[in-house]
Amino acid sequence: MQNKLVDLLAPFQGQHGAIIPVLQKIQETFGYLSPEAIKGIAKQLKLSESEIFGVATFYAQFRFTRPGDHNIRVCLGTACHVRGGAQIMETLERELDIEAGGTTRDYKFGLERVACFGSCALAPVVVVDDHVFGRLTPSKVKEVLKQYQ
Amino acid sequence: MKETLVDFEDIKRQALTEWEALEHSENPRILIGTATCGRAAGAEAILEALETELAQRDISAVITQVGCIGLCYAEPLVDIIRPGEPRVSYGNVSPEMVPRLIEEHLVGGKPCSDLAMGFIGEGRADGIPALFDLPVLKPQVRIILRRCGFIDPEKINHYIATGGYSGLQKALSMRPDDVIQEVKNSGVRGRGGAGFPTGQKWDFCRKAPGDLKYIICNADEGDPGAFMNRSLLEGDPHSVLEGMLIGAYAIGAREGYIYCRAEYPLALKRLGIAMDQMEAYGLLGDNILGSGFSFHLKVKEGAGAFVCGEETSLMASIEGKRGMPRSRPPFPAVSGLWGKPTNINNVETWGNVAAIFQRGADWYRGHGTEGCKGTKTFSLVGKVERTGLIEVPLGITLSEIIYDIGGGIFKGKEFKAIQTGGPSGGCLSAEFLNSPVDYESLAKAGSIMGSGGMIVLDEEACVVDIARYFLAFTQNESCGKCVPCRVGTRQMLAILERICQGEGKPEDIDRLQRLAETVRDGSLCALGGTAPNPVLTTLRYFRSEYEAHVNEKRCPARVCKNLVSLYILPDKCEGCMICLRNCPVQAIAGGKRMVHVIDQDKCTKCGVCLDVCPPRFSAVVKVSGEKVDVPIEPVPIEPKKK
Repeated sequence: MQNKLVDLLAPFQGQHGAIIPVLQKIQETFGYLSPEAIKGIAKQLKLSESEIFGVATFYAQFRFTRPGDHNIRVCLGTACHVRGGAQIMETLERELDIEAGGTTRDYKFGLERVACFGSCALAPVVVVDDHVFGRLTPSKVKEVLKQYQ
Repeated sequence: MKETLVDFEDIKRQALTEWEALEHSENPRILIGTATCGRAAGAEAILEALETELAQRDISAVITQVGCIGLCYAEPLVDIIRPGEPRVSYGNVSPEMVPRLIEEHLVGGKPCSDLAMGFIGEGRADGIPALFDLPVLKPQVRIILRRCGFIDPEKINHYIATGGYSGLQKALSMRPDDVIQEVKNSGVRGRGGAGFPTGQKWDFCRKAPGDLKYIICNADEGDPGAFMNRSLLEGDPHSVLEGMLIGAYAIGAREGYIYCRAEYPLALKRLGIAMDQMEAYGLLGDNILGSGFSFHLKVKEGAGAFVCGEETSLMASIEGKRGMPRSRPPFPAVSGLWGKPTNINNVETWGNVAAIFQRGADWYRGHGTEGCKGTKTFSLVGKVERTGLIEVPLGITLSEIIYDIGGGIFKGKEFKAIQTGGPSGGCLSAEFLNSPVDYESLAKAGSIMGSGGMIVLDEEACVVDIARYFLAFTQNESCGKCVPCRVGTRQMLAILERICQGEGKPEDIDRLQRLAETVRDGSLCALGGTAPNPVLTTLRYFRSEYEAHVNEKRCPARVCKNLVSLYILPDKCEGCMICLRNCPVQAIAGGKRMVHVIDQDKCTKCGVCLDVCPPRFSAVVKVSGEKVDVPIEPVPIEPKKK
């Protein structure tokens, strides 16, 4: 891991305020920020681990546990809220038997809530990996899930 | 150093030739909206169907992927243009419709009038109305969005051929002070929400001492329910970039940042493409268009923190820190990013600047009201028939927006409230339907213009639940730096949750009011200062709903789960077992030809039974504060009297 980190971080060396892009790059590569990754980043950027954690925990984007193979993000923005986003979340929680923020035991699915994707006109919206599904209902979201099972 | 193409006139000629060739193409053209909203509605499948159909029939047609024209309710949208004929728009296109559109219209030359929404351009199409005469578009004025849905946002030549970068050319021929004067003359005010005069803001930064200055584009559109900036960046990214160049030149900034949220991958991709093209044309980097003016731009991806929409937090985040605000003064114009004078404007403000220099300040002043010039984009969403992105002159009334453009309330329900300005704004009741939409009128009503989110609520929305929803959001996003916001929003949320659960105490309403005022007055930044707005406005305009929750333990809109119950009416139930089979928690007992009964202790009030009960029976009811007479356990259905 340490070698890979050195390669990944090389383009950021000496850059002003690089910590957030670095964390984004690491998460993109490994899927999450593991304790080893944080340790490695701290060493490379010559910062303390607590400084790295301090920044990383401030932002909703960063994960500290292994994600599922398919990342299901349920939009709970205002438009989705008034058009039944909570029922979509409940349906997924029930179908996957996990809570928002969790991952299924087989690491097949991860379930997250997101404040807004900006596809409000098609509310309620769910994004699986990079695919956006709009105008959902509890029964339609079950169909979406089947495509990935 | 790379040789820069100095002669912009050559570039323009080339772009115009390319554009003309496309406009007067011998082959038919197909335009398809593939912005994020189009994709969410299935545009990619349509694109595939179009390509397959054209290949199978060996037809040459030019497909252009365009941004969002704003009619999101009708997505996916496909437009067909035959040489020399007007452009015809088709809405709600499905892959199954594609062969017919190709056969009848593209090949046969007969537009499918039963499927078409409208036509654009000269000439006419039989039985099809002009698109821009439709009620949804007629009251709209397109300045910012004029290219969205018309050009390929990944082609800089399309932008240049439609007047793009002529504003920059004009600005570079003026003295920086005159550029600022022109912005002042236009009357444009910040579109991020606060409405500060843009020219004046630039002037402060220009006059601030220091060699190194920065400009920033705030594209951290964090308001849930708002997507104006996403649409503009996806549909016409160069307009924002041109505005930034003009601003940088006027202020004397050589470096800039675009802070864009990571939840907008397509916008980020298109910004990247646009910036590469600008560099290739000598529009970005050193000695831009041979003027001696140099400007370097970087994109920073936000990492998901609502407070980073606040300018001092945003700058802290660019610096690689926790995105916490700081007290002002010093203002960013004097000491901003890395302690240097910095000017931050919102995506839409930069887009306005480009339009002002392309068309002139006098032309721009012709739109809007005395104090609020120009147009504003809004995302019109929630319980309205025609959801989408709209652009209207400032001063239009809420009623025109909701009923004329939006087509009224979804499924003919009653209007209850309109929420503007996201978590920082307020819920306005029907008495404001005829108020004009401008910075001052909305502020007077207790809400804000904000960046442009407009969420329509109908009779089925509980305003106490909406206030709770927003407080949960702001409480979660509070950075924790100052006490009124950190502790105050948490306490407010606790009270609201209690009220929604039917455990509100009589003194809670007054306590909530006092707490809200304290948080508003005592918080460090705008997040805390405006977080109480959803509570304060709902208390002001919908107090009786709070009282119903607290005093009668009743949710009039039947939303708050602890205060509602679902029952199956024995005289309507036909014992069909559909609800029983669909209940996710097995709370329904019954059998064939037996009256079904919901176990109130097991019921999670998910409402599935209500949705699946066949409309001809309509046996399931949702009530709040009422008792419904039902049997304790399943009983045989009584034979109906004929």
